Amino acid sequence: MKLDLTVNGTQVSVETEPTRRLSDVLREDLGLSGTKIGCEAGDCGSCTVLVDGEPANACTTLAGSVQRRTVVTIEGLLDTPEFEALEDTFLDEGAAQCGFCIPGILVSAVKVLRESPEPTEDDILTGLAGNLCRCTGYRKIVQAVKRAGRRDLGGAESPPPGKAVGARVRRVDGIERVRGQARYGDDVAPKECLGIAVVRSPHPFAGFRIGDIGRFLEEHPGVVDVCTARDVPGRNEFGVLPGFEDQPVFAESEARYRGEAVAMIVGAPDVLEQAVAEFPISWEPKPPVLDVDDARRPGAPELHRGRDGNILVEGRVEKGDVAAALESAHVVVEGDFETQFVEHAYIEPEAGYAYRVGDRLVVHVTTQTPYMDRDGIAAILGIEPESVRVVPTAVGGGFGGKLDLSIQPFLALAAWRTGQPVRIRYTRPESMETTTKRHPARIHVRLGVSETGRLLGMDFRGDFNTGAYASWGPTVANRVPIHAGGPYRYDAYRALTAAVHTNGPPAGAFRGFGVPQAAIAQECMLDVAADALGIDPLEFRLQNALTPGDATVTGQVLEGGLGYRDCLEALKPYWEEALEEAAAFNASNDRLRRGVGVAGAWYGCGNTSLPNPSTMKVGLRASGEVVLFQGAMDIGQGSSTVLSQICADALGVPLDAIRCESADTDQTPDAGKTSASRQTFISGNATYLAATQLRRKLLAVAGASEDAALEIRDGQLVVHDRGKTSTVDLAGLAADSDGFVAVEQATYDPPTSPLDELGQGNPYAVYGYGAQLAELVVDLELGTVELIRITAAHDVGRAVNPSLVEGQIQGGIAQGIGLALMEEYVPGRSANLHDYLIPTIGDVPEIRTILVESHDPEGPYGAKGVGEHSLIPTAPAILNAIRHATGVRVHRVPVIPSALRELLRAGGVAVGSGI
Amino acid sequence: MAYLAPTTLDAALQALGEDSWLVVAGGTDVLPAHVGRSLPERVLDISGIDELRGVEVGSDIVRIGALTTWSEIRSHPGLPEALRGLQVAAGTIGARQVQNAGTVGGNLCNASPAADGVPPLLTLDASVELASVQGKRRLSLSDFLLGPRQTALQPGELLTAVEIPVPPADGVAGFSKLGSRAHLVISIVSVASLVRLSPAGTVEDIRLAVASCAPTGKRLSKLERDLRGEELSESLVDQIGPQDLVELSPIDDIRGSAEYRREACVVMVRRLLMEACRR
Repeated sequence: MKLDLTVNGTQVSVETEPTRRLSDVLREDLGLSGTKIGCEAGDCGSCTVLVDGEPANACTTLAGSVQRRTVVTIEGLLDTPEFEALEDTFLDEGAAQCGFCIPGILVSAVKVLRESPEPTEDDILTGLAGNLCRCTGYRKIVQAVKRAGRRDLGGAESPPPGKAVGARVRRVDGIERVRGQARYGDDVAPKECLGIAVVRSPHPFAGFRIGDIGRFLEEHPGVVDVCTARDVPGRNEFGVLPGFEDQPVFAESEARYRGEAVAMIVGAPDVLEQAVAEFPISWEPKPPVLDVDDARRPGAPELHRGRDGNILVEGRVEKGDVAAALESAHVVVEGDFETQFVEHAYIEPEAGYAYRVGDRLVVHVTTQTPYMDRDGIAAILGIEPESVRVVPTAVGGGFGGKLDLSIQPFLALAAWRTGQPVRIRYTRPESMETTTKRHPARIHVRLGVSETGRLLGMDFRGDFNTGAYASWGPTVANRVPIHAGGPYRYDAYRALTAAVHTNGPPAGAFRGFGVPQAAIAQECMLDVAADALGIDPLEFRLQNALTPGDATVTGQVLEGGLGYRDCLEALKPYWEEALEEAAAFNASNDRLRRGVGVAGAWYGCGNTSLPNPSTMKVGLRASGEVVLFQGAMDIGQGSSTVLSQICADALGVPLDAIRCESADTDQTPDAGKTSASRQTFISGNATYLAATQLRRKLLAVAGASEDAALEIRDGQLVVHDRGKTSTVDLAGLAADSDGFVAVEQATYDPPTSPLDELGQGNPYAVYGYGAQLAELVVDLELGTVELIRITAAHDVGRAVNPSLVEGQIQGGIAQGIGLALMEEYVPGRSANLHDYLIPTIGDVPEIRTILVESHDPEGPYGAKGVGEHSLIPTAPAILNAIRHATGVRVHRVPVIPSALRELLRAGGVAVGSGI
Repeated sequence: MAYLAPTTLDAALQALGEDSWLVVAGGTDVLPAHVGRSLPERVLDISGIDELRGVEVGSDIVRIGALTTWSEIRSHPGLPEALRGLQVAAGTIGARQVQNAGTVGGNLCNASPAADGVPPLLTLDASVELASVQGKRRLSLSDFLLGPRQTALQPGELLTAVEIPVPPADGVAGFSKLGSRAHLVISIVSVASLVRLSPAGTVEDIRLAVASCAPTGKRLSKLERDLRGEELSESLVDQIGPQDLVELSPIDDIRGSAEYRREACVVMVRRLLMEACRR
């Protein structure tokens, strides 16, 4: 039908099927790609637009229903006074991270300001309640909207040369993200692309037989290609770790998890839905292996040949005689803990597009790891890695979930085989069913303590459900034993882990690689031990905290950059105040109880005892432009900005002199993956080295000493050296084929050492630390938890950009809240964002963020990573606060109201009315 | 693909009389049920029928057009006090985007056991008006809702309005919703209350209704009978227990256990009654 409507003030006429979603019409027919699609179910609000002035989800609005109505998208708000104020405050606060949800949030926020020019916190929470954000933890968003209301604008000032590191500069890629102009995985394909539909297993474990594909093709003229396991030209197996490439692109005869791909149909987008439904395949379901107990039972099906007992990998760290230490302890406490599958729930689903140029393939895709994608795709196609070019799009959140191949093999095979451009975007259910998850853990901990409160020994055993394929299971199994004791001294220690296969979705990398699960067990048991001894939990941690000169459980002696005690000390005044407030509250309440909990964390930055290099390149053009070729994926955390800041200071030029060239495997050297809190530390060091080399080279050209100040202006290199100023005309220097008159590349690989069979050695060069306080109120009758405040102190070495660091901490806390209180992915049951709950803006309380700067000797300008230790303490701090409030020990997360009430019924503080 | 977007009720009923259609109003339930799938062949988009929109407040009856959105109800300045619970409920359905699009009629026809609009409407003894080319009929809401995703709507019929007999002005209405997060959440339990007390504090009229604890929303008729004529006090309220909720048949699901639902329902009923007591 012909649809006439007013869009962003202009009358438009579109010929469209009226039953399409308005979001599709806006994006595909009108090119308004600032309207994002995150769920197509009204759950996330990324597609929020104004329909006749009121916010609506474009994804649940029928195109036909806006006939003769008025629609305003983010693009139509850019010139409004409300947006202009919000743009400034969002950039100034660092309220946008990946930016995918931000256009929708800003549409809602404009409406808030139109209704309440100076909105209260309640106005903001209510107005933005329908917009999910997975990165920020919302607090900076709330603050930005408040500031916009009172026209408390920031103004983008640039720090002077040499002062970029440590400054709260705005994101270098902020404006495009706030304006809805950043191009994500689904925003880059040209109009005419073939679509891809994947045929998937409806069963967690099943054999199958594919029927007559020739006949299927005859009966489906719009289908261009069908691809199954036998059609994969290279290796029909992929993985993220060498030696663990065990996941087929298409299952060969047996599907090992619900949603596993068995075939792919390529064709005109409008024929795919029916084609998938009619694909000739028959299934023979088998009883699935659902959990770790099932998998280890004698006679359980062996899911992978050669992995006895379904064990993928076992990990171990052992120091001293733990049995003897526990024997000698004054108090031994122990407990069993359990966590569930957790979904990354980045708001941007997997999306991308690919095309073939002769013997090369170009893939545009949302990813955390362009080079690994490139190599993985090449192996599947059976071609050289250099024949594949991966150009990452803007990434709408990752958190570890975009480290594995997902849509890449399908895009690659479809484009390679058909020779035509192809495009895919996962639906939310497809994304949730088929991509990796946080490992469910079963943990048993025994902790022995001396009479005076010294940690004598810890015995830790953790089984991690690694699902159907290896993914990052080995990383989890190896990282957890190192971290499972927390940042404390132990006389003796033993941590044993296993990653165990089941017919669940592959469990892979998720912010913390298993450490958040282990920390729940360990930090909760610390409180139980402190209680048994009658010691204050914070004092107990201080007493046992690692301090410079101490050896870790792997025997690594830590000297500099160890700020864990400082984090705890920073919390102390807040801890005391919170305890007093809780006591006062509890004196006058019986159905509500307030509690305070503390927990700590540490996190080794980078790969565990494995090479983990990053390479950066910096060049100077004759025009005076400095280009940083940085292949580190900015998935919202802000690495483009942080690395630009480091580059500017190392080179000695102002930040705005740096142009950042984003990742492209044909252009940027390999910076490694965005994971393991490594980019600031490792790519930061590579950037520092490359920029320093360039500086030296330029000074040498000018014949100046190393201490000279350097300026680049008007095509000239100006050098001030010991009172003398000299200039070099850049145009007079020879330029290379890329137009650079000087270019330097440097690689940094952190110094680590292999671990021996007992896990002894130096697995990481740098560790980050943190500690958090949770204050909350438990409703004893309903089992609900209301968070009052989180106070977080984190040792980040040096905050290269304090706003971004705070953003990481607050975002990590929000995910920790979800882990503790609401998030549980049940395969086959909660593959959407209304059954799988992540925190909304109303679920994240006030957060006080304290940055501790220990100036790490190995990090660039003393900096280290913060992405992961931000999340780790939150859940145990919440559980410890629940215990403080009620006396109830929580051993299984998420502790939804129903579960907490059950624990309270079994034994907590007395409830007034006593049901 | 047939798509019809009538602007009059007559045209809509005509179409429904001739064929079967998927009826779409605000789209907030229909489209989420079709993620990754196209809509069925025949779609009747009733969102343009203005005569089905809006609230008429009469002296005896409040008539809410089926296409009235939850936002219109939430922010309506002239509704009787007895509809306050419905207004509070309206503000808890999804968030603004959903409230701006989602309609009362859609919420009822979708017949989710967790529909938050249902408990307050049950306490208000609401009825629904069902129209077809043959004419109109009325059904009480409790007779209309048959089970999960099941209603008494016959082929050819359209739900056109919800009618509420206006109760005496001195009733106190309340609504309470329990979920695992603050916003955008499917209820674990939701409870609505409408209580009228005599000057002496005895219960003259009481109506309680619950969602997410049975195949449809349910009135707590036994408890209402037991409390009528009693003096409402904390000690009386504290005696209410799961045994009083004979109408409920909750199930275990990912949002909570059956036992928890019963227990939470008791707590929420008690709290709403105490709130009524204090006001």
